Amino acid sequence: MAQDDHSGADLAVADSSHAAHEPAVSPGTAIVASDGFQNPGFPPHRPRVTDEDPKREKRASRTVYTLFYLSIVGSVWAVAAYMLFPIESNDVGAVRLNNMFIGLGATLALLGLGFGIVHWGKSIMADVELADERHPIGGSPETQAAAVKVFTDADRESGFTRRSVIRNSLIGALIAFPLPAVVLFRGFAPQDQLPVELLSHTMWAKGTRLTLDPSGVPIKAADITIGSAFHVIPEGLAELEHGRLEEKAKAAVLLMRLEPSELNQAPDRESWSYDGIVAYSKICTHVGCPVALYEQHTHHLLCPCHQSQFDVANHCEVIFGPAKRPLPQLPIAVDDEGYLIAQSDFNEPVGPSFWERS
Amino acid sequence: MNRSKRRTGRRHPLATVALLALGLVFTGGAYAALSTGTAQAEAEPTSQATIEEGKKLFQANCATCHGLEAQGTANGPSLIGVGAAAVDFQVGTGRMPMQMQGPQAQQKPPQFEDEQVKQLAYYVASLGPGPDIPADHLVNGGGDAANGAELFRINCAMCHNVAGAGGALTEGKFAPPLTDVSGVHIYEAMVTGPQNMPVFNDLNISPEDKRDVITYLKYVQDNRSPGGFELGSLGPVAEGLFIWIFGLGAIVAITVWITAKSN
Amino acid sequence: MSTITSRDDTQKRSFTAAASTYVNERTSLAGFVKELGRKAFPDHWSFLLGEVALFSFVVILITGTFLTFFFQASMAEVHYDGSYVPLKGVEMSVAMASTLDISFDIRGGLFVRQMHHWAALLFVASIGLHMLRIFFTGAFRKPRELNWVIGFTMFILAMGEGFTGYSLPDDLLSGNGLRIIDGLIKGIPVIGTWTSFLLFGGEFPGTAIVGRLYTLHILLLPAILVALIAIHLVFVVVHKHTQYAAPGKTQQNAVGPPILPIYAAKAGGFFFIIFGVLALIASMFTINPIWSYGPYDPSPVSAGTQPDWYIGFADGALRLIPPGWEFVWLDRTWSFNILVPLIAIGIFIVLVVIYPFIEAWVTGDKREHHIADRPRNAPTRTAIGAAGVTFYAGLWAAASSDILATHFSLTMEGVIHALQAVVIIGPFLAYFITKRVCIALQKKDREIVLHGYESGRIVKLPGGEFIEVHQPLDEYDRWRLVSYDAYQPLMIRPNARGKITVGQKLRAGMSRWFFEDRIAPVTRGELEASHSAHH
Repeated sequence: MAQDDHSGADLAVADSSHAAHEPAVSPGTAIVASDGFQNPGFPPHRPRVTDEDPKREKRASRTVYTLFYLSIVGSVWAVAAYMLFPIESNDVGAVRLNNMFIGLGATLALLGLGFGIVHWGKSIMADVELADERHPIGGSPETQAAAVKVFTDADRESGFTRRSVIRNSLIGALIAFPLPAVVLFRGFAPQDQLPVELLSHTMWAKGTRLTLDPSGVPIKAADITIGSAFHVIPEGLAELEHGRLEEKAKAAVLLMRLEPSELNQAPDRESWSYDGIVAYSKICTHVGCPVALYEQHTHHLLCPCHQSQFDVANHCEVIFGPAKRPLPQLPIAVDDEGYLIAQSDFNEPVGPSFWERS
Repeated sequence: MNRSKRRTGRRHPLATVALLALGLVFTGGAYAALSTGTAQAEAEPTSQATIEEGKKLFQANCATCHGLEAQGTANGPSLIGVGAAAVDFQVGTGRMPMQMQGPQAQQKPPQFEDEQVKQLAYYVASLGPGPDIPADHLVNGGGDAANGAELFRINCAMCHNVAGAGGALTEGKFAPPLTDVSGVHIYEAMVTGPQNMPVFNDLNISPEDKRDVITYLKYVQDNRSPGGFELGSLGPVAEGLFIWIFGLGAIVAITVWITAKSN
Repeated sequence: MSTITSRDDTQKRSFTAAASTYVNERTSLAGFVKELGRKAFPDHWSFLLGEVALFSFVVILITGTFLTFFFQASMAEVHYDGSYVPLKGVEMSVAMASTLDISFDIRGGLFVRQMHHWAALLFVASIGLHMLRIFFTGAFRKPRELNWVIGFTMFILAMGEGFTGYSLPDDLLSGNGLRIIDGLIKGIPVIGTWTSFLLFGGEFPGTAIVGRLYTLHILLLPAILVALIAIHLVFVVVHKHTQYAAPGKTQQNAVGPPILPIYAAKAGGFFFIIFGVLALIASMFTINPIWSYGPYDPSPVSAGTQPDWYIGFADGALRLIPPGWEFVWLDRTWSFNILVPLIAIGIFIVLVVIYPFIEAWVTGDKREHHIADRPRNAPTRTAIGAAGVTFYAGLWAAASSDILATHFSLTMEGVIHALQAVVIIGPFLAYFITKRVCIALQKKDREIVLHGYESGRIVKLPGGEFIEVHQPLDEYDRWRLVSYDAYQPLMIRPNARGKITVGQKLRAGMSRWFFEDRIAPVTRGELEASHSAHH
């Protein structure tokens, strides 16, 4: 089925038409030109210098085995580097050297091997080119007919088409049998929890103190100078045994103080801030990244993930980017000792939009 | 003078003028110092002479925008009460004097000697109380790097990138890279909130915590990445470009060699 | 094995022969070797791109297996006590701590980890480039349509492998990536909230996701990938490789060096080269420095938060949506700022998958195609491809809008607006420009066939006229330029019942569009006419 190409053009199949071995196959709208060019067949074989010049061949073989020896050197070097560059101390410099020298040894080992083998194949192995004959992918008409016969025989013998009640009930059973597996997926999340309920509440409640992230130190209103941005978590979050990150993912707040004159407040929210201090959810209303890039002069908050921008001076309404809703505001007040506290939980779910949210 | 300028070989057209002016101020100053016979080794915050020198420098270089008494004009804010730290940061990093109005003041080679920066700083500090230049033990990197790293991630990384490589802000503004910034300047930036950076006062991040943040940044500056070249610490974008251009580029070149007919 | 049948071989019982006989008498491999060993494999650099993908996958399997011995996919909280000073004592998940231990406390661990991640980037990149080669040369045509679909499925799976792996260390960067996935899923109507809830095993981030992704990453996805790779390669053997038009190469043969030994040497060597290049990159260049990112915490985030490059197009699509595309209707939230990117990407993916079938339907060509097209000879297909690439590239670039802004001193808003234009207008521009360029190149080819190459030699004719001598082509060079299929637009014909169906009208319209301005190859008659005109 395959012949060596040393004989040159004699194995050329001159006919380039597609249909030669595929009778009755439509060429569609292709134009089969009657006076198109004929395939000229294989050009004469061109020998390589290594075929003609024994010196060059010798040099090529020298290159190949040198590369293999280099590869061995690389492997040995990598093993040596493993021992010569330990990483026992708390020193990233040692890790860097360990990584680099083991790596470079492995590199030499692999590249020496790779380039050596390819060079061998290219310049020393006999330069043979073969031409395989292609056959129609569908096989011969006899084979195809035989396959069809197998199926019709099977159908007849099993009665798959004829016995429609059996067949249809089988199909019904096959559709129904994965259903138990689908139900099992409910167990992926705790059985006693419902997502919408959880998404609607955070740790913030009336009187919860605003504390610093991550230390949990409560914050006095007087501590906050104009232009400041405090990263805030609710009191008690840092000590949570379970669900700390889940609560933090909803309760993280950014506290900022603006000149009260620069703050444009809706009448129903005037009591939500304290002397220019405002608290907004840090979780983006787009897909939930922390929005914390606060520019103290422009009062813009930027989300680094998808570049939504919120205007703190204007209820954090969206001024750029894919988010739609303003960041939810946490109503704050000051307690008897001067510490900032929440007036209540957020009055809407924080974070990304979800279907049941309205 | 203008050491870093000479090093980069670039000179602002006004540099010669500034050079001359400063030269004159210096010769005068040196003459005065010599004639009175009291050599001034260092700017003393409390020294009236330091404040006077600072005032002269201020009026020659800063008053156009900030006003003769630093009270502020339409072109520049009042500097009363910004403190020595703000001046040391803005002038010491070359952001002030500003070259031109733009989205934000750009970092440039500083225009003044350290000594003069201090004089300016103490002059401005004398106008009203404000944050002072931090003491050496707060900025020498002797704190807890792990605590600093955590605080850095929470308070700084969203703008400056976790590795301090910098990042974009709105409308062409940006948070600068921190890979080359000195501990003093980092501290001063935190307490003063330059440009659009928020203020991190001592009740938000305590002086010891600030020292820890600086310790972490110094650790990052002093220790190259254990994995090898950092590719700008820009994260997956740099990695993706690298694999497409250099990784796949090299491999495609090799495929061409493999399939080319040998000579 | 060739020694078994070779009569000339004086050493009949050579070791090779003895060993192959021994193996064959126990496995019946001889038939297999006889069939495959001397198969011809067409040789062209672009035919090796799929191998780059295959070999980087092998590197991923090898390095990944090593990593599984150390990585612990648990989200239980521990205090880190390894070697990296700036994280000492920090609370983090076991997954993060074990990844840090691989990086800092196991010799060579960082090297293997970096090689694994770099190989993953290369894997997906090489699949992408391989697919572009297939597309632009029309190698997806009959009989290879199904292999195109399988290949594209693997591309998607590779992205899934990449994303699940990227998320395993539970570091700040990948944690925010998962946060985005959570937000994205929640934006899907009806099922979104519950899907996210079940995926994360409760509220985001929960304590289940790393373990679940790990199962997908090391078991389910690799198993499917390996199975599909096997089918993909079986199809390559069944179909035999395509080849470019060249003298002697026809639709009925496959010409190239034999699998044994030359192709095996080249491919085997190439495997080690890929492995070596990845080792070089891993030893010199940091990737995914999770020690800088720190453990995941929902409050911090880093500037320049991006996914790995292959997810970039999806992230970019999210960034390009203008404000306000979210509505409350029927008491439910419709997040079009999430749905539109998802649907746009979905349509794009479906179009790419079914493209071979669309083109086959338009041309009506039922023949097998084993000669790969030169891209210029299918101008409309090439232009469609260029439009698709522009669309993808615009989305991809948008994922680094912030880095583009800082590095080219632009405003991030300006970058976003410009890329919105690129994604919407760019594909049309790319289509028209590419189509014109292809047609111009085809015309140039015709010129060369008819008049020869410009030799650069100027001669003065007896009449005083200067002409440049054109070097005529030999028949071998000519064949490369004239051997391609020409098509004509479909004529609408009534069907058997004398009606013209809507489908036929659509097909005729598409066919007109597809074959508009098409340049036919030079025929013998044209060449003779051109020669006689010269003399």
